Amino acid sequence: MSEALSRSLDRISRVRGVRGSLFVAADDGLAVAQLLMEGVNGKTVAAFAASLTRKVSGAAGATGAGRVRFVQMQCEDGTLLVALAGELLVVALADAGVNIGLARLEMMRAAETAL
Amino acid sequence: MTTTTVVEAWTEQPLVRFVGQSSARIVVVMTPAGQVLAQHGFTRAVDLMSAAALGAAIMASSGALAQQVGESTFGALYHAGQRHGIHLAACNTPRGRLIVLTVFGRETSIGLVQVFFEEFVIALRQAAPVEEPRGPVLPADFENELNSSLATLFRR
Repeated sequence: MSEALSRSLDRISRVRGVRGSLFVAADDGLAVAQLLMEGVNGKTVAAFAASLTRKVSGAAGATGAGRVRFVQMQCEDGTLLVALAGELLVVALADAGVNIGLARLEMMRAAETAL
Repeated sequence: MTTTTVVEAWTEQPLVRFVGQSSARIVVVMTPAGQVLAQHGFTRAVDLMSAAALGAAIMASSGALAQQVGESTFGALYHAGQRHGIHLAACNTPRGRLIVLTVFGRETSIGLVQVFFEEFVIALRQAAPVEEPRGPVLPADFENELNSSLATLFRR
């Protein structure tokens, strides 16, 4: 894992409530770098985050909303966040009560680093 | 119309589920010798037999290569193309070692295929009957078996 990506993941994971963060290849849905808490299945998160982003991007394109920059999926027991960084995705899996603003800030910084 | 056909009935449910979940276009379940147990996506026997033979040959040659570099075997092979990707992997089941060839398009990804392939292998292991010891294969039996498998797969 490159030093810059590793530092970015570390910063995201320091946000209270974040259970894991990953850089994912957008086309393949494979994790490029990851920092996960025990019990989080990185392979599955990476694959589904990439699939979700592809579908959201399709919907955004079809409705004329333009390029997707950030996806937030709020669920009963957790939150999936995805920031787009060219061919990579910055993905975070967090508790439902996570500070979204702070997590988003760190993820957008990570996306800039990856670009 | 794409079809799912099986020679051994226990493979059908896991295969249909895998195809639905992974959005794969073509899936072939075969023995390391290239004998097809189930398939989804092929409509012509000749295409299926070619794919099975090539898939089995790739696994055999990569296995030999793995041994040369000190590995017992390679886990899975993935080839990425412009429009299609190929995932080729083997798994051990009570029925014996099986090879699964999966061809997928841009509507899914290798990440998703890998995730659902793991579930597919578990389902195959649970559904597989224990392999019975087989007697020597005679040329006439082989031909009959091959014809019977092709007839089952393509409902002729």
